[in-house]
Amino acid sequence: MSTITLRRAEADSPPVPTGRPQAFRTATGGLIDRRRPLDFSFDGTRYAGFEGDTLASALLANGVRLVGRSFKYHRPRGILSAGSEEPNALVELRAGARREPNTRATVAELYEGLEARSQNRWPSLRYDALAVNALAAPIFAAGFYYKTFMWPAAFWEKLYEPMIRRAAGLGRAADAPDPDTYDRAHAFCDVLVIGGGPAGLSAALAAGRSGARVILVDEDHRLGGRLLAERREIGSRSGADWARETVAELASLPEVTILSRTTLFGVYDHGAYGAVERVSDHLAVPAAHAPRQRLWRITARRAVLAAGAIERPHVFGGNDRPGVMLAGAVRTYLNRFGVLPGQRVAIFTSGDDGWRTASDVAAAGGQVVAVIDARACVPPGLRRAAEALGARVIAGGYVSGTKGHLALKAIEVVDTYGSSETIACDCLAMANGWNPIVHLDSHLSRRPVWDAAIHAFVPGALPSGMVAVGAAGGRLTLAACLETGSRAGAEMAAACGFTAAPRDAPGTDPESTEHTPLWRVARSRGKAFVDFQNDVAASDVELAHREGFRAVEHLKRYTTLGMATDQGKTSNLAGLGIMAELTGQALPSVGTTVFRPPFTPVAIGAFAGHHRGKDFRATRQVPSRAWCAEQGAVFVETGLWLRPAYFPKAGEADWLESVNREVNTVRSHVGVCDVTTLGKIDIQGRDALAFIERVCANPFGTLPVGKARYAVLLREDGFVMDDGTVARMGETHFVMTASTANAAKVMQHLEFCHQWLWPDLDVQMVSVSEQWAQYAVAGPRARDTLRSIVDEGFDIGNEAFPFLACAEVTVGGGIPARLFRISFSGELAYELAVPAAYGDAAWRAIMQAGSTHGITAYGSEALSVMRIEKGHAAGAEINGQTTARDLGLGGMLAKKKDYVGRLMKERPALTDPDRPILVGFRPVDRGARLRAGAHFLAVGAAPSLAADEGVMTSVAYSPSLGHWIGLGLLRRGPERHGERVRAYDPVRGGDIEVEICSPVFVDPKEEKLRV
Amino acid sequence: MRIRCPYCGERDNGEFSYLGDAAPTRPDGMGAEAAAMHDYVYLRENRAGAHRELWYHGSGCRAWLVVTRDTRTHAIDDVSPARDVARTRRTGEAA
Repeated sequence: MSTITLRRAEADSPPVPTGRPQAFRTATGGLIDRRRPLDFSFDGTRYAGFEGDTLASALLANGVRLVGRSFKYHRPRGILSAGSEEPNALVELRAGARREPNTRATVAELYEGLEARSQNRWPSLRYDALAVNALAAPIFAAGFYYKTFMWPAAFWEKLYEPMIRRAAGLGRAADAPDPDTYDRAHAFCDVLVIGGGPAGLSAALAAGRSGARVILVDEDHRLGGRLLAERREIGSRSGADWARETVAELASLPEVTILSRTTLFGVYDHGAYGAVERVSDHLAVPAAHAPRQRLWRITARRAVLAAGAIERPHVFGGNDRPGVMLAGAVRTYLNRFGVLPGQRVAIFTSGDDGWRTASDVAAAGGQVVAVIDARACVPPGLRRAAEALGARVIAGGYVSGTKGHLALKAIEVVDTYGSSETIACDCLAMANGWNPIVHLDSHLSRRPVWDAAIHAFVPGALPSGMVAVGAAGGRLTLAACLETGSRAGAEMAAACGFTAAPRDAPGTDPESTEHTPLWRVARSRGKAFVDFQNDVAASDVELAHREGFRAVEHLKRYTTLGMATDQGKTSNLAGLGIMAELTGQALPSVGTTVFRPPFTPVAIGAFAGHHRGKDFRATRQVPSRAWCAEQGAVFVETGLWLRPAYFPKAGEADWLESVNREVNTVRSHVGVCDVTTLGKIDIQGRDALAFIERVCANPFGTLPVGKARYAVLLREDGFVMDDGTVARMGETHFVMTASTANAAKVMQHLEFCHQWLWPDLDVQMVSVSEQWAQYAVAGPRARDTLRSIVDEGFDIGNEAFPFLACAEVTVGGGIPARLFRISFSGELAYELAVPAAYGDAAWRAIMQAGSTHGITAYGSEALSVMRIEKGHAAGAEINGQTTARDLGLGGMLAKKKDYVGRLMKERPALTDPDRPILVGFRPVDRGARLRAGAHFLAVGAAPSLAADEGVMTSVAYSPSLGHWIGLGLLRRGPERHGERVRAYDPVRGGDIEVEICSPVFVDPKEEKLRV
Repeated sequence: MRIRCPYCGERDNGEFSYLGDAAPTRPDGMGAEAAAMHDYVYLRENRAGAHRELWYHGSGCRAWLVVTRDTRTHAIDDVSPARDVARTRRTGEAA
């Protein structure tokens, strides 16, 4: 009847194509486009396939059956399945920077020029040196890591681990950065339908027709699921045609979105779902501006789980030989791809469903040599039909072994009377029942439950808003898929307020799913694999049982069963079934492990999306950035901020020379620094002062309007949170600053204190960090510089506007501004805040006004040098482990008010006089360089943890003093001025003597500050 | 997770940050005792079941919220402004 032509495969090796490409392709049939041939290569050999093929179907069409080596034993492996459950056929896809390891050939769409390589073999796939591992199989049994590589300990790092890594390899990741982009999308819908098979399509159609917003997600590029793989009838047409018509109607509905090539990989709380769309994986290179993949975050009010089911293999000796496949996969290759996986096909089944394979093989022109059914009683109709095709029927028998080196040559069969025989075949189709895909509904830690009717786990209590239909819900027949899908779609739409008119599901051809599972063939020859990807055999499960690892979670971890990247999609249940047999328990009492996202592996790139390299985080720019860039400033990242670090000038040899010039110019003339990055919090209200009193540790009750004060904030546990200033702009109006790094944290803390601790205080606050550009103008000529910036009528002289004064002023002819006389450098200094939009103009005006006074711009480096010269604590000291007392600020704390951290800072360990306290350090040899991070030791003491007296926190070269200086936390530091200790830095090799001194190195009497 | 902010509506949990148990009450005032403060800062129940906890809608309206969440299922029963909860609680204590 069929007109296909076949070329006989060389029994023992993958045939090399000669003049007959695609020798295993049927002459007609399949959902491939035979007018569009595609060229591809596997391990360097060129082959041809068709548009619509997967890499797996194209390899099979060319007679290539050996595609990889197994993880542990390097056994030859072929293609087991036709879907995303594939444990064996993992390949490296593409080359160069796009090389992608561990890609399942069964889901990789073929494209022109596709390049794939086998993995985990050396020197070649056919002659793999490490196949000797198979001879040493006894030492690689379950738990071998724990038993074999224990002693001596030193061998682990140097010998065992590198050896295991080389031997048990998967693919190689690309060596170069990924050249493609990854997108991120958010979507909202009423009804999410997961899976586009008969049940999912029915559900989407019923919901879509009601007008509900529907998103239909399917991992395949073509919707239809098993309808594409089976010869079935719906109404009066083929299943594939019904699927095509249904998809066409769905596409015409405006509120329905179809996401094909999209895997729903995770179910999260409250109707949140994660999916990855392979936008360009089916192309050699993504189209211009198109992403490679897109990560979807879908929020759905209701969800219909129609993910289908996965067929179970049989566990018998040699069940991993290339040519042994799932029966459903054989039918997929026959019916969807027009490929005969073998010329002489045997079928090993334990249910009615496997028999369907026989007629499909025959219809495609293959020969069915035998049907072995583990059940003694098989329906006479099935037997007659198979025998009519010329097949041997062996009821009550089993397959006990396989023959052939790199590909299947024959099977050994034992019949119901115990006599065995060898049957030649080049393909064995295994049918051992179907497992509903319970992965997704288990993601929220819900356990599936055992359904005795279908001998499989089905969804138990489902996540709220979700319903499981069709095979995913344990309803395996096509008629039930259509019926449950349609009903669920309508119900879910109705739950979202839409009216869905019920329609009868179309009729289908009859089918039977009668089935008695066979968890393993106990008396079989050779290794019988349960988990193909992790090379876990039935004997490993027996070993785990003997050694007491019987609980399901122990079994999993001891044998690594189900722990490969396929999460045991084809293996978990067989492992449980064998353990149930061994322990004499019923399978459901053995239990099942929990599945976790992702359903199939997701590239890290997809999660990262656009957050790569410089775009990993947002960049915040300072208002003076344009001028700074024009001047060739060197920028540094401070949190999200990009701040000018220093401004090199022609002739300056290095950064230190530039920083020294900036510091010297500020101390002798004047400088300007962009301090916009500080957090600025506007606090207003009748109780604003009371609020500030409670959040700050130092007293503010006496702060008059027009004055600013240093502020220190504690955490409730008594440690310092941050420091800054509080300026009283008006009776009920304050501006608080926080450090650049802590700005957001302080804002959150203040909101917490107000909303949760003291909601009755009449106070409001808002962050104005972005609204105001703020510049520090510092140095003896600061006032002269600012006089021509601040509008006339505002007296900024020392008497009218003394140290710590603050005021609202105008600049540049009426522009509102805030002026603060505060100083971080120790010089006469002001901070001028202007609306951010005037930031650039104000900066340029200051530079111009200062030009006659010798002004310099200075960056964060000079700022830091000057604060160290003045002994001000900053981020290196306020590190979450220091108290106000540690920082020398203990004396300023309030005694007569309650504030956050008041009680806890008094804990004995925090007031221990032996605690390290902030002091200054200078090298005894003034030419020596100090290093932050060095630990202090008594002179002559051997370095040990017990001898550690503290740590150097900040260092700088002080151009004012002409040598290096440091700040550090030293045990009883303030009592030890003049004493010498060692600054010991084993990491960088420094060990020098330093002298303890006051942390204030420059102008200790503050004479420059108040002029 | 999705949290229904009383001011902004239902939002993705990425907009919120978590603080923890809303049960402890700060012992305010100069009369507060160190032991009570210690308990407030450090002692937390670790409940399996309904749990009232503080969340901050930092990427939204900046409201602190008291979320009642079942720690076993993540089911959220109630979301209230922390300010209202705190006021009610204080009124209750006074009465």
